[in-house]
Amino acid sequence: MPAKYYISTHPVPSRFPPVIRSGVIAWEEGCLKCVTCVKKECVYKVYEKRSLDPRQMVDTLDSICKDCFRCVQNCPNRLIEKGFNPAWKAAGDDYWTPEVLSNLWFQAETGRIPVSGAGYGGPFSGPGFDAMWTDMSEIVRPTRDGIHGREYISTTVDLGRKVKALTFEKGNGAVPASIPPLVELPLPAVFDLLPFSPPGRMVTRAILAAARQLKTLAVVRASDWGDDYAPYRENTLLYLDRPRPETDALLAGLRLVEIPDGPDALSLQAALKAKNPGLVVAIRAEAGEGSAERAAELTAAGAEAVHFVADFHGLDCTARPMFIKDRMRQIHLHLVDKGIRDLITIIGAGGVAMAEHMAKLIICGADAVAIDVPLLVAMECRLCKRCTQGIACPVELEGVETEWGAARILNLVAGWHNQLLEVLGAMGIREVRRLRGEMGRAMFYEDLEKEFAALGKRG
Amino acid sequence: MAEKSRFTFPKAKRTPTRFRNPLSKYRVRIGAACDNCGECVARCPYGVFRKGARRPKVIGDHLCLGPACKGGPAYCCITGCHVRAITVSINPSFEMLGDRRWTAELLAGSWYMAESGKLPYQGLNYKTGDSGGGFDKIRLVYPRENGHVRPEEVSCAVELNRSGDGRPRIAIPLPLYLGGMSFGSISIVSMLSRVRAAKALGTFCCTGEGGFPEELVPYSDHIITQVATGLFGVREETIKRVPMVEFKYAQGAKPGLGGHLLGDKVTPRVAAMREAVPGSALFSPFPFHSVYSVEDHKKHVDWIKEVNPRALVSVKVSTPTDVDMVAVGSYFAGAHIIQLDGSYGGTGAAPDIAKKNIAMPVEYAIPKVHKFLVEEGIRDKVTIVASGGIRTPHDMAKIIALGADAVCLGTADLVALECLRCHHCESGRGCARGIATTDDELTGLMNIEWGTQRIINLYLAWRTHLASVLARLGMRSVTELVGRTDVLVHTDYVKPGEIDGELD
Repeated sequence: MPAKYYISTHPVPSRFPPVIRSGVIAWEEGCLKCVTCVKKECVYKVYEKRSLDPRQMVDTLDSICKDCFRCVQNCPNRLIEKGFNPAWKAAGDDYWTPEVLSNLWFQAETGRIPVSGAGYGGPFSGPGFDAMWTDMSEIVRPTRDGIHGREYISTTVDLGRKVKALTFEKGNGAVPASIPPLVELPLPAVFDLLPFSPPGRMVTRAILAAARQLKTLAVVRASDWGDDYAPYRENTLLYLDRPRPETDALLAGLRLVEIPDGPDALSLQAALKAKNPGLVVAIRAEAGEGSAERAAELTAAGAEAVHFVADFHGLDCTARPMFIKDRMRQIHLHLVDKGIRDLITIIGAGGVAMAEHMAKLIICGADAVAIDVPLLVAMECRLCKRCTQGIACPVELEGVETEWGAARILNLVAGWHNQLLEVLGAMGIREVRRLRGEMGRAMFYEDLEKEFAALGKRG
Repeated sequence: MAEKSRFTFPKAKRTPTRFRNPLSKYRVRIGAACDNCGECVARCPYGVFRKGARRPKVIGDHLCLGPACKGGPAYCCITGCHVRAITVSINPSFEMLGDRRWTAELLAGSWYMAESGKLPYQGLNYKTGDSGGGFDKIRLVYPRENGHVRPEEVSCAVELNRSGDGRPRIAIPLPLYLGGMSFGSISIVSMLSRVRAAKALGTFCCTGEGGFPEELVPYSDHIITQVATGLFGVREETIKRVPMVEFKYAQGAKPGLGGHLLGDKVTPRVAAMREAVPGSALFSPFPFHSVYSVEDHKKHVDWIKEVNPRALVSVKVSTPTDVDMVAVGSYFAGAHIIQLDGSYGGTGAAPDIAKKNIAMPVEYAIPKVHKFLVEEGIRDKVTIVASGGIRTPHDMAKIIALGADAVCLGTADLVALECLRCHHCESGRGCARGIATTDDELTGLMNIEWGTQRIINLYLAWRTHLASVLARLGMRSVTELVGRTDVLVHTDYVKPGEIDGELD
């Protein structure tokens, strides 16, 4: 067995105080100066631990308060209140909610997975990934104990063209030399192009550095390539966005490249592979109405991998957008129908915001996922999108230190990896390749709701 | 044991908050202009004010109706105050409370029920939350004509052993019992409050998997002892002394994962009971490593039946997509009760990924299982208990109409003890409000009499609500409601004019 994949983490403090949900409002006027102030009785000692964050002159009180309301309820003159932080309500958008952002910040800072008490307090279901439930082990199924390390769960995936069965050469019985190359990644995630980002090259460098430490790949546009990225060449997934194929010098040492989908995609693939037989070529295509047919067409014509991309809200850019999980199900099931699913690697991208989404997209049929915005959020991005208007980044991402940024991304991915192990363990699955397309172990809102549509009728 | 005919419910006793100020939707303030004429104290029928030496004191903001107070927009205390010293405003802290499932109004409504034993009158929505689906979109439909059933005539009792196997035919006067919360995850005071309330209400309370503390022994007739995957604190004598034993195969809030008690909560006492090391986190394995087939499962059930010949056996499972098959398997293995634990239930601590969108919400699982067991012809032989996300008496009525016989509750009890769902049960010394903690100082924040009465009050109010729902449906027994999906509608799918009756 290969060496176990383990991501070693350490806490990486934020550079800026995070946006938090609520604030303590404590009035001074009317204070009775009690001998024992309720503030001194705080279980979490937040009033003792509070300090002024020197960077932004923000009181740290609110980020350590845990909302137990004891001081609110016990102050004799009722001078303490709690209130929503307006910046919290304004943060992010409907998809990248403040809850999602703070969950990512927590993981990037600590490298730990979010754990909480009491049940789930969120909505019943919702659009996108929230419209499916995963299914966990039951009484008589064997399960796996991965998270506590007593059993090894593999998260390795292979990207590239697969052969259905090994055929031997006629006559001498030798293994053919023409088995297509595969790129093996220790986790089913690559880092994608960012939908928006502050200018400069530091953000990409941090992402590349994290990809190197995590032994995965980060997509970089060939048009952006420069010598400063060269140290990370082995962990680069070069996207050949220039009209002409790159020079051989740039391709040497790369394991995987992407080319845009188009009428000549397959001939471009053939040309690239003729020069570099060891190279895996993925075709990058926008997810849309024809994706399932296109995937089948490309597979039949010998494509190795297709990377389907939706926008960062998980929607494809068509008149009637479909969410990536539904699109992925369509693509996967179409290839299954044609009996060619196992020949090709499908990478899904767009709207993957939480560890759970990675697992769910794989259940819906992706071999691997590509992550974009969470990489920025790991480095404290607040999704204000000011960078898209050329306004300065409030968390100064354009000058982010490579080492710090990479460590934050590493922590986040470590958290996601551990959560993927939780899901696999709880489902009794020992490797992530077995999770792909496992829709029988998931439940979909539209199916379950049929029960409710039938209410109100007798018998 | 609770005989239907002879059981008398305990009396509700007013049991106000342990803290100085109740958390309320409205804030009532008396300004400096007050001349202590006492008019407000005399006017307010709800007890918001109390006489004071210098000026009246506001002691019950949570009892105030706000703008709904009679007299319309002019509140009676406000208009009655001749110096205009009284203001009523929204409490800014109120919107900070709760979450989508347990909204601030649900919490405040439950706190009022726990304080008074009565249903809230303040206009708080104590029936539904804001989760946008499931219970929160399902409504009861009351017929225009109910056959003149009065709530006093309604029986809420259910039998738990329907198998006819000669074991006791235990009946509980309310279709609910209290679910497993282990010693360690909650304090001994919380645990005893729940157990004593269960006894007073003629029902049961489950120990959870942390063992059977000695303090609970006097209440053994009202205890369900749990056998879970970690087998923490499971002994033959604990199984022998109870009328019901529960196998916890899985927990809906975190299916596929075993229990998880963080190291900080493993005090020497907890460790001793669980035969573990103080300070080190305890994980229950998942699943039962001795159960790989329905036959193995039957061996488990037989083992308990052999050890305790009078015990009923309950099997608690979570809700995978083939939950109906699981239920049938459990029935044929000899379970008297199948508890289906849906995905929105509580837990002391779990990874967030294990709690969100995992397993089937109980609103889907119950009708699926009910129908399947009806088709198999065995529905009358087994009791289905629903749990995991049942917050209100209204939820209870809905899930029974969807096909459950009874419900199992946990979070609602904790809310009665003034849990406000801050979701920090797991951190450090545990719950800052002294409910889910093993820290001595925090445990001391609550006393057993107070806790017991709060839980009794809550469920007395639930009973009042359930009886009134049943009466309005024209039913004289809660058993008539089981599986009556025709009295429910889902607001997303019902068309206007399609309903004949009143929606609630």
